[in-house]
Amino acid sequence: MTQHSTLPAAPGIGYKPQHYSAIMDDARPVRWLEIHAENYMGGGGRPLAQLRHLAERFPVSVHGVGLSIGGETPLDPDHLARLKHLCDWLNPASFSEHLAWSTHDSAFLNDLLPLPYTDKTLTRVGDHIDQVQNCLGRQMLLENPSSYLAFATSTWAEPDFLRELARRTGCGLLLDVNNVFVSATNLGFDPRGYVDAFPLDAVGEIHLGGHDTDTDDHGAPLLIDAHGTAVADPVWTLLDHVLAKSGPRPVLVEWDNDVPDWPVLADEARRAEKALAALRMQRPARSAAVA
Amino acid sequence: MTSLGADFLPALVDPDLPVPAGLQDGKGRPAGRRFNVYRNNVTVSLMEALEQGFPAVAKLLGPQNFANVARIFVRENPPQSQLMMHYGAAFPTFLAKLPAVAHLGYLADVARLELAMRRAYHAADSTPLDPAVLGALSPDTLAATAFHLAPSVQTLASTWPVHAIWTYTMVQGSPKPQAAPQDVLVMRPDFDPEPHALATGGAAFITSLMNGHSLGAAHDHAVSANLQFDPTETLGLLIAGEAIAALRLEPVE
Repeated sequence: MTQHSTLPAAPGIGYKPQHYSAIMDDARPVRWLEIHAENYMGGGGRPLAQLRHLAERFPVSVHGVGLSIGGETPLDPDHLARLKHLCDWLNPASFSEHLAWSTHDSAFLNDLLPLPYTDKTLTRVGDHIDQVQNCLGRQMLLENPSSYLAFATSTWAEPDFLRELARRTGCGLLLDVNNVFVSATNLGFDPRGYVDAFPLDAVGEIHLGGHDTDTDDHGAPLLIDAHGTAVADPVWTLLDHVLAKSGPRPVLVEWDNDVPDWPVLADEARRAEKALAALRMQRPARSAAVA
Repeated sequence: MTSLGADFLPALVDPDLPVPAGLQDGKGRPAGRRFNVYRNNVTVSLMEALEQGFPAVAKLLGPQNFANVARIFVRENPPQSQLMMHYGAAFPTFLAKLPAVAHLGYLADVARLELAMRRAYHAADSTPLDPAVLGALSPDTLAATAFHLAPSVQTLASTWPVHAIWTYTMVQGSPKPQAAPQDVLVMRPDFDPEPHALATGGAAFITSLMNGHSLGAAHDHAVSANLQFDPTETLGLLIAGEAIAALRLEPVE
């Protein structure tokens, strides 16, 4: 397997500052942490001091939410320089971003917005990924989005679009299993079929998170990728399906809103640990090679 | 739909515009309220960022009024940077001009103080100057000396008792504010910004020092705002707050 990140094939957690003491005290079963890049681009103070201490103890994944790789306008050179500065001093185990856009001209919209999957957007996103990887001097992982709607102009299926991006640029992929489940429910496709079509060899990290439930104009379920609850049971089941095909991978639980106390997050991480442990029982040879 | 920027973006920030054409559900039907998920994510996430950045303003207005004010602000002022830690720099000026909150004259200055504290929180670290270095200077030399202040130092002058209003709002058991103008100094000795009330002229004094003027020149600036201004107390605060980083070789004239 190609090395897409140096994160351990073990549970990780999206870091929240309120859990700093609990994590430094006893992080088990969490083995690695992920931070949102943009929260650590200030001049100094507590955020950078905490990050420095955490990075001495844990592998850290830097996860960008503001680069707008899927955008129509050129990447913001100032933001790219800030990312390079952060990655150069932190030397994270992984850097990832989203197949999405958030900036147009100078307006930043603080959300991950969708793009059509066409030959034209494929070329543009590929060029942006080349630019990021050249600037940072490292491979990046690209994450599949949560979709609430589709573009009539799209000519590529999402797994094929991501596979072709990985082939052209050499980037790895971040498979968000909750996003697969949310998109599959919202757009009416089979989540297992999506996973089976996904280039799992390129996956360097897996994300899990909670979603909310709403309905669309026709009363059909509309799931929202809200990251404010525990991971739903069908998403854990889908994770098992992914891991059975991919082998062990770093698995991250994200909980960004209505953030619970540490023990609740540790329990979610424990569930991810169990899914990985079950896999080792079933696939001793492969897990030994990867671990 | 031809362009994300020309079609998707305007409808995203203006709920009165129709949902762009070419967006659909999984069965090829128009996307309808599915588009509202993105509209909602953008507006709500920005409103939440504003509330996190201005907790005292939010408390003074109450949840419903703050939401009304924030919704107008975020639509008129989408972020110009990916760094949400800096979002809302235009909020104090926006509040000062908003007729709906004109009866709360102090609100804009409370927002300025919260912005100053947020800037202090994220400012670069610095090592304080050994106070013994200052103690060794003669009074005449000291008056001619200028400083590099810590990057976290912030100051503001208000015609309202802004420090007392902020404290009364945020710190339980604080005394009721008394009507009086207040200057404020924000320092961050370790990681938590602390606001200090200053005598009138204090903000002019600190601003002058930040601009690289000598202690004597800064004193002159402060006296133009307050004839009785005594620099000793404010200088003591700066030293105790570890806010003086280094001596400046040449004062700025």
